[in-house]
Amino acid sequence: MSDSPAVAAAVVAAGKDAYARIVAALIRVTGDWTLAEDCAQEALALALQRWPGEGVPGNPGGWLMTVARNRAIDVLRRASVERRKLAELAILADLGPAPGEADVVDDRLRLIFTCCHPALALEARVALTLRTIGGVPTADIARAFLVSESAMTRRLTRAKTKIADAGIPYRVPTGPALAERLPGVLAVLYLLFTHGYNPDGRPAFADEAIRLARLLRELMPGQSEVSALLALFLFQHSRRDARRDEHGNLLTLDKQDRLRWDRAAIAEAVEILATAREDGPYALQARIAACHATADATDWPAIALLYDRLARIQPSPVIELNRAVAHGYAHGPAAGLALLAQARAGGALDGYPLAIAVEADLTARHGDPTRAAALFRQAAAVAPSDSERRALLDRADESRRPPSGGAS
Amino acid sequence: MKYMMFVCSDTEPDTSTAEWPDIEVWVSENDARGRRLEGSKLAAVSAATTVRVRNGELLVSDGPFAETKEVIVGFDLLECADLDEAIEVARAHPMAWGGRLELRPLVDL
Repeated sequence: MSDSPAVAAAVVAAGKDAYARIVAALIRVTGDWTLAEDCAQEALALALQRWPGEGVPGNPGGWLMTVARNRAIDVLRRASVERRKLAELAILADLGPAPGEADVVDDRLRLIFTCCHPALALEARVALTLRTIGGVPTADIARAFLVSESAMTRRLTRAKTKIADAGIPYRVPTGPALAERLPGVLAVLYLLFTHGYNPDGRPAFADEAIRLARLLRELMPGQSEVSALLALFLFQHSRRDARRDEHGNLLTLDKQDRLRWDRAAIAEAVEILATAREDGPYALQARIAACHATADATDWPAIALLYDRLARIQPSPVIELNRAVAHGYAHGPAAGLALLAQARAGGALDGYPLAIAVEADLTARHGDPTRAAALFRQAAAVAPSDSERRALLDRADESRRPPSGGAS
Repeated sequence: MKYMMFVCSDTEPDTSTAEWPDIEVWVSENDARGRRLEGSKLAAVSAATTVRVRNGELLVSDGPFAETKEVIVGFDLLECADLDEAIEVARAHPMAWGGRLELRPLVDL
C-alpha cells in the first residue's frame, strides 16, 4: 500500500512535467483547446485515484498521456469526428522524443507561441499561458489578477474562440518572423513574473515564470535573450526573502540582509547569463541585476554604462529614470539630477511617485535637506502603498535632521 | 481562410523616413499568388448613404453611420492559410504605414 501524501506529490510532480506536453499534443491533433485541457485534468484526477492502490507507474508521464489520449478518443468517437483525427490520436506517442524526432518542433513550443500571439489581448495571453502551459487553475489566475473566476473563465474562452475564429496558427514562426515574435513571448513571461499577487503581496507566479523560462530555454537553446530572461528572473527571485522587513515594509537593496539572498539561485543565474552572448534588453537588465547581486561594493560606474546601452536600444522613461539613479551614484548627485531632468522632459514621468522619490534622494545628497524633505513628503502623498508611504515619510524626517556624527 | 481586410485612414500615419510600399506592386503580386480575391478603393464618405428600415418604414440618410476621423477608405478580400499569412500580406500594403488595416475573418456557413 503506497503512502498517499507521497503519491499525491508524485501526481503533482508528474503533472508539472507532463501537463503542457499532453495539452500541446492534443491541441495539435484535435484543434480543440478545451477538450485538451479537460482530458489532461481528467488524467491527473484518475492518477490521484489509482496510484495509491496500484503504485506509481514506472513512466508516470507516459501513463498520464495514454489516459488523456484515450479519453480524447472516447469523446471524439462519441462526437464521431472524422477518421483521420482518431487515427492520429491513436498513434500519439508516449512522452519522450520518438526516434528520429529531433528536428520535429516540440508541441509545447507551438503552444507557447500560440498562447502569446500578438493578435490576442495582452491579459488574455498571460492568462492563457498560465492556464494551458502552466496548468494553473482558473480560480488561482483570477484571484491573482483581481477578477472574479467567471470573468477569468470568459476571458479564457474569448481567447480560445479568437484563436479558432481568426485562424491563429498552431505553429512556431520561422525565419525573420521568429525574431519578431520571440520578444512578445518573453514579454508575456516577464509580465507573468512581475504581475499578479498573492494576498500576502508576494508575486503569485514567479515560480511558474521561472519554470516556463527554463522550458523555453530547453526548447530554444540558441536564443541568447531567453537565457538572459531566465537569469534576470533568478537574480530577482534570489532576493524574495529579503525584500521586506518583519513589518512587511519594502526594503531597498542597500537595506536588505544579504545573508537572506538565495546564493544558489544567484550562482545559477551567473552561469546562465554567461551563455547569453548578445546585448539584448534582457541581457543588459540581467547584467545590471548581476552587478547588484554579486559584488560586495556595488559597481555603480559599470551599472551606469549598462543603463546607457539599455536606454539606447530600449528607450523608455522608466529606464531613463533608473539611468539617472545609476549616474547619481556613479558620478555624483548633480549628474543624476541632470539626467533626471532630461528623463522628465515632455512630462513622461509626471505624477510617477518613484521619479519624485529619486529627485528627493538626489537632492538630499546634493546638500539641500529642506527641499529634499519636502520632495519626500510629496512622493509619500502619491505612494501606491502604505509601506512605501511610511518609508518615504521616514526619509523626510531623516532629511530634516542633521546627519548623525555631524556638528550639533 | 478568407479575410476581409478593411483599409482605414488614421490620424497618425507613420512619420519615419521609411519608404512606403507601392500599391501597384502589392496588388499585382497578391493577385498573382491568389491571395487577393477582390478589392477596391471606396469613394469619399461624403458619397455614403445609410439605409435602415424601422417599423416597416424605409429611412435613408446622408453620410456614414458614425462620424469619426478614421474611416474605411477601401477593402481587399484575401484568401490566406491562416492569420499569420494574412498579417504578412497586410504589412506589405502601403496603408499599413499611412493608415491601418483591420483583418476580419469571414464566417464559414
